Amino acid sequence: MNFLKHPPFWFAVILVAFASVAPLWLSAYFLGVLTLAYYFGVFAMSWDLLFGFAGEVNFGPTALIGLGAYGAAMLNSMAGLPVLVCLIFGALLAVAGGALLALPALRLTGPYFGLVTLVAVLLLQNFIVIFAGLTGGEIGMTVPSVLSISAGVNYEYALGFLVVCALILYGLSRSALGLILQASGQDATEAAALGFNTTKHKFAAFCISALFSGLTGGMLVFYMGAVSVDTVIDISIGVQIIIMAVLGGRRTILGGILGAVFIILANELLRPLGQLNNFVVAAVALAVILFFPDGFLGLLHRARSV
Amino acid sequence: MRDVVINEACLNVSGLTKRFGGLVAVKDLGFRIMPGEILGLIGPNGSGKSTVMKLIMGIIKPNAGSIRLEGTEVAGWPSHRVARAGVGIVFQHSRPLHRQTVLENIKLGLLPDSLLRLMHDRAVDRKAREIAARVELDRVLDRYPSTLPFADLRRMELAKAIARNPRLVLVDEPFAGLTSHEVKSFSALIEGFRDDGRAVLLVDHNVKSVAAMADRVLAMYLGEYVAEGTAEEVMRNETVRRVYLGGAIETAARPQISQKAGPPLLEVADVSVLYGKAQALDKVSLHVKEGEFVSVVGLNGAGKTTLFNAISGLVPYSGAIKWGGESLSGRSAASIARAGIVQCAETRQLFGDMSVRENLDLGGWHLPPEESANQLDWLFELFPILRRRQEQAAKTLSGGEQQMLAIARALMMRPKFLLLDEPTLGLAPVILEQISRALELLRNTTPITVLLAEQNVTFALPHADRVYVLEHARIIWEGDPERFAREAGTGYL
Repeated sequence: MNFLKHPPFWFAVILVAFASVAPLWLSAYFLGVLTLAYYFGVFAMSWDLLFGFAGEVNFGPTALIGLGAYGAAMLNSMAGLPVLVCLIFGALLAVAGGALLALPALRLTGPYFGLVTLVAVLLLQNFIVIFAGLTGGEIGMTVPSVLSISAGVNYEYALGFLVVCALILYGLSRSALGLILQASGQDATEAAALGFNTTKHKFAAFCISALFSGLTGGMLVFYMGAVSVDTVIDISIGVQIIIMAVLGGRRTILGGILGAVFIILANELLRPLGQLNNFVVAAVALAVILFFPDGFLGLLHRARSV
Repeated sequence: MRDVVINEACLNVSGLTKRFGGLVAVKDLGFRIMPGEILGLIGPNGSGKSTVMKLIMGIIKPNAGSIRLEGTEVAGWPSHRVARAGVGIVFQHSRPLHRQTVLENIKLGLLPDSLLRLMHDRAVDRKAREIAARVELDRVLDRYPSTLPFADLRRMELAKAIARNPRLVLVDEPFAGLTSHEVKSFSALIEGFRDDGRAVLLVDHNVKSVAAMADRVLAMYLGEYVAEGTAEEVMRNETVRRVYLGGAIETAARPQISQKAGPPLLEVADVSVLYGKAQALDKVSLHVKEGEFVSVVGLNGAGKTTLFNAISGLVPYSGAIKWGGESLSGRSAASIARAGIVQCAETRQLFGDMSVRENLDLGGWHLPPEESANQLDWLFELFPILRRRQEQAAKTLSGGEQQMLAIARALMMRPKFLLLDEPTLGLAPVILEQISRALELLRNTTPITVLLAEQNVTFALPHADRVYVLEHARIIWEGDPERFAREAGTGYL
């Protein structure tokens, strides 16, 4: 096995082991913050598969997340089905919605794909507000089931989920599909001339991204016990996810985790600043993106390959 | 019996036509290539040869005509299907995957177009190494593309193109940017494709570069068939000679301007430009006096456009460029344009969806309304056709009209110094005469200084006071146009 000789692999193993014993010495408050960061890490990774590899900017990751979250929440509160079933339903709903969106959108070139995804978020948001009877509207809805009431258990769920998603998404990015996607994203003409149906591969990437976004949206709902437009669909949430992915490093998948932990942790630690808090975090993120557009992991990568 | 003959051809193109708006890029073109044959497709810049290649590959769709690959009609198919039907292409400019090694880049060409086969199997790895060995890349398999010399990057493109074992290989400018030693080894590789029984289409600007390898050469101009035959036959062809060299050369230098005392208006000293690893300009020096009309002649790829882009501040360079005694290095393209140096680019850079009038108004936006109106009147005298086309969208103009509009727009900016990059690109002789007359008028009635880059010598010489010849990124000759007609003209084609 090749990767067993790879120092970064062992570094990651140690990091995960270290993170898994965090409940022994971290307060419930910080466990909660990290739990949220881990879920957002999966959002950022799913987004990077589409942006970093397929080269398509999805301005509306929250449309997919929202479909998964609301799908799972509504099935749970209306039909009372078990959490696992609701999660799968939410994920499939996100894939179906994503496919419906991507099929026409991927035929467009240039900035139009991004615009379509942006409009999708607004559509979903309006839909939820209009059908308030079903969805809880602007106030949101609570779900009868939760993953656990213990912060430690919730934390371990999130960590386990993050690790599994990271393994799958990173594995995909290093597979044949990842290679073809990168080629399609960087030079679609050349990729097609090498015999690849670039639209098919980008569509697949979109569906995979939707699957993980939707599934994670559902997990978030059953962690928080509630869902609302402000927590999973609002445009500003989508922007945060994009910043996390870019900050962590485009085309690295795993960088999304770093970006998510950094942003969410910084938001919490700077809370004493009051209103300034969001401003400072955004300014730091902007500075990193302007001066190190390759992000945290991109910097590491550059240091190694030179 | 005729059907049998046709079926033997690997590629059979007939009646191929492609229009871009008002521009006919390829017109009723037909040819075929047999298995194990190398066909050179040549034509000056803008003649439509690259369009032909893209049409075959399915990158763009033809308006009419047939492209048969081993008897199967592939015209209008998407690229990936054409590729799988047995066509490989070597692009002139490529963007390799920079985070992957050379081996992984080659493997890319071998992967199945499938979403489910996620693992590279061992056969892919072995095959990739075989292909790499064949193009002499086996020493650098584990390196990243950014660390490779230019020639090796081209080898990697060759490797990707033949990965799927295509029966037809299209190669765009096989030797651009290579040293003479590298040209030899590339020729051997391409001849190797022929020996495998593949059909090869080489696309290049001039006969000279493909003459040694091509079994047959087809020359095209303005999207149309001009001549076909062995390289010698095509080079002897009257029409081909006229296309490349033009007809009889006329000259009308004004030595009194060139020999005027005082410092030159523009001085270029030892300017070099690198594009990645390709040397685009190599210590080029030249000067232009105020009011002078200077022509830089050279074949496509010699570095003319790069020279202009360096002067305009669009590409970084080493060396010095002085304007009226002051250095231009470090100044932005916008500030150089405001100083009065205006480039009329070879690509014309028109705003296609805007009308002719709007394009012109944009050029003159900084002038007071009255002056702008005067300038416009003067330009309509220079190019009468534009007055009638005022309301038409620029992209619907013919190629010649677009070129006139591009020159007119540049002149709307009231330049002190006009950089005119290959105005003859893809234009019919009758249009050339109109543009030539306009340049004559410009030279005789205004104090404007002009630096003209041209491949067409007949067009470049009549207006020139002095001539420079640019070849392979270097200035190899300078002098007055009459001497050029006597000395340099002969070895040029």
